[in-house]
Amino acid sequence: MNFAMTDEQRMLVEVVRAFVERELMPHEEEIERSGILEPALLESLKQKAIASGFYAANMPADVGGGGLGTLEVTLMEQELGRTSMALSQCVYRPSNILMACQGEQIERYLLPTVRGERMDCLAMTEPGAGSDMRSMSCSARRDGDDWIIDGTKHFISHADIADYVILFVATGEEETPRGPKKKITSFLVDTNTPGFEVREGYRNVSHRGYHNCILTFDKCRVPNSAVLGVPDKGFEVANEWLGATRLQVAAMCLGRARRAFELASSWAAERKQFGQTIGKFQGVSFKLADMLTEITAAEYLTYAAAWKDDQGAMTDQDAAMAKVYASEMLSRVADEALQVFGGMGLMDELPLERIWRDARIERIWDGTSEIQRHIISRSILRPLES
Amino acid sequence: MKVLVPVKRVIDYNVKVRVKADQTGVELANVKMSMNPFDEISVEAALRMKEAGQASEVVAVSLGVQQCQETIRTALAMGADRGIHVLHDGELEPLAVAKMLKAIVDKEEPGLVILGKQAIDDDCNQTGQMLAALLGWAQGTFISRLEVGDGELKATREVDGGLETVALKTPAIVTTDLRLNEPRYASLPNIMKAKKKPIDQMSPADLGVDPAPRLETLKVVEPDKREAGVIVADVTELVDKLRNEAKVI
Repeated sequence: MNFAMTDEQRMLVEVVRAFVERELMPHEEEIERSGILEPALLESLKQKAIASGFYAANMPADVGGGGLGTLEVTLMEQELGRTSMALSQCVYRPSNILMACQGEQIERYLLPTVRGERMDCLAMTEPGAGSDMRSMSCSARRDGDDWIIDGTKHFISHADIADYVILFVATGEEETPRGPKKKITSFLVDTNTPGFEVREGYRNVSHRGYHNCILTFDKCRVPNSAVLGVPDKGFEVANEWLGATRLQVAAMCLGRARRAFELASSWAAERKQFGQTIGKFQGVSFKLADMLTEITAAEYLTYAAAWKDDQGAMTDQDAAMAKVYASEMLSRVADEALQVFGGMGLMDELPLERIWRDARIERIWDGTSEIQRHIISRSILRPLES
Repeated sequence: MKVLVPVKRVIDYNVKVRVKADQTGVELANVKMSMNPFDEISVEAALRMKEAGQASEVVAVSLGVQQCQETIRTALAMGADRGIHVLHDGELEPLAVAKMLKAIVDKEEPGLVILGKQAIDDDCNQTGQMLAALLGWAQGTFISRLEVGDGELKATREVDGGLETVALKTPAIVTTDLRLNEPRYASLPNIMKAKKKPIDQMSPADLGVDPAPRLETLKVVEPDKREAGVIVADVTELVDKLRNEAKVI
């Protein structure tokens, strides 16, 4: 086993970290306070990301992307995770599922998205369909050569700045031995399509400047060429391309946890109470020891899963273990780092209160901790059951 | 014109430097190392010349331990064309570095050598000047602006009184100051290409230079801790304290 980074990986980490520190972090405070990432700032940071080649670094080189493997993307995501979600999105990584584009979809969606001219968002969740995706009620029915879409999606990240949505809707039901099951189809729908509206989402505790939206479809007509993949095979497309997004969440958590840890450890070495630096008190120093141990454990779990993905050997269980551990680790590390700072940790002078707030969503989106544990335990027990 | 850019591997500018317990130097174990920031500016200057069609090739040189190749790779990832590494594990003083660079210049025949004005580890600020003297070349030190003409360079120097512009006949030496440019980030495509660019490795002996130090470091200590100040009531008290307590006037 070799745990060393290659020269390329080391340089990638160094350069992305420098980019994050110099270009993105200086804007953190204004975005946290206003809740808005100004379009002009987004555009200028996006252009810098394009110039450096980090934009769409996750996409294959033959479609104009950076051609990075999963492990390299994970290392890059970790560095981007050091800053806020809104800012890290300026170095955009389009959804890999766009690689399922065919025919004219390639020119219309895939390539301009990789070039930074268009932006996608992904819509699955509904008010009545969270972890239970199959229960979605947003639907599409055939009408001649077209499809008519009706229904509502919510919690749709960055739909406010997206040009089109990768939409998953129900397209009928089929009978299975375990009862009726909804058939799901994936569509590519431009946000300016008549009958499709992107509405402001909910105000929430995490990710200021990075908005969730509500999408409504009212007799929204799209051509058959809008189908991504094959009708009724939407989940197959999702399963083929979206497996690694859980690793993205895990990697973001690693970056945030590292930053919180670094803040806490320098503070512990500096802050004096009772005549000595607080790091001299075991109550503080042991916290730091536990934090670093957990961060390192989460890193190896995540890197190993990413490495396996590059070998084509990653299982759902690998991604689930990395996601559940890294996201729960971040909650603990952010909380303890804040405790090291005491009251100051809660003030918005430091990025810590943001990391602490933002951490909460990581255990929920892209599959809750409970869903991840379900995936892990299922893969343990299924082979043992007769 | 070929441009040679020496790049030094130094402790990263973000690292809080600690003196070793035995006072023989500073702690280097498990410390993040990076390219000397002034050398990044030099690489950027050379790359801009190449992009403007004023330079044909940018060669990055580093002298020191095996890991100096990482520093060269960083220069290659920024866009330099190839590297030269002089492998040496011991201490290297500015004169030895200047002599080895001279040997490399004699072989490579660049039209310009761009060096950082100093390295942030020892702050010597000597290598560029020594190299110019050894070569008998014109030198423009601490430059904040560089104009490249035909067989001539105009270098604007940051001096105490303001800015001084000197004309240099090539081949020449310049050393870079902070305000010359803002170095680029290595781009992802260049990071991927860097591995394929060649790095020649040689030894000081190959260059006919004895790198043995001429200086002996007796000890390295941390600066005295700054003590808390006092607020004085008036000028009379201030003068009294400066004269009788601090004994500086």
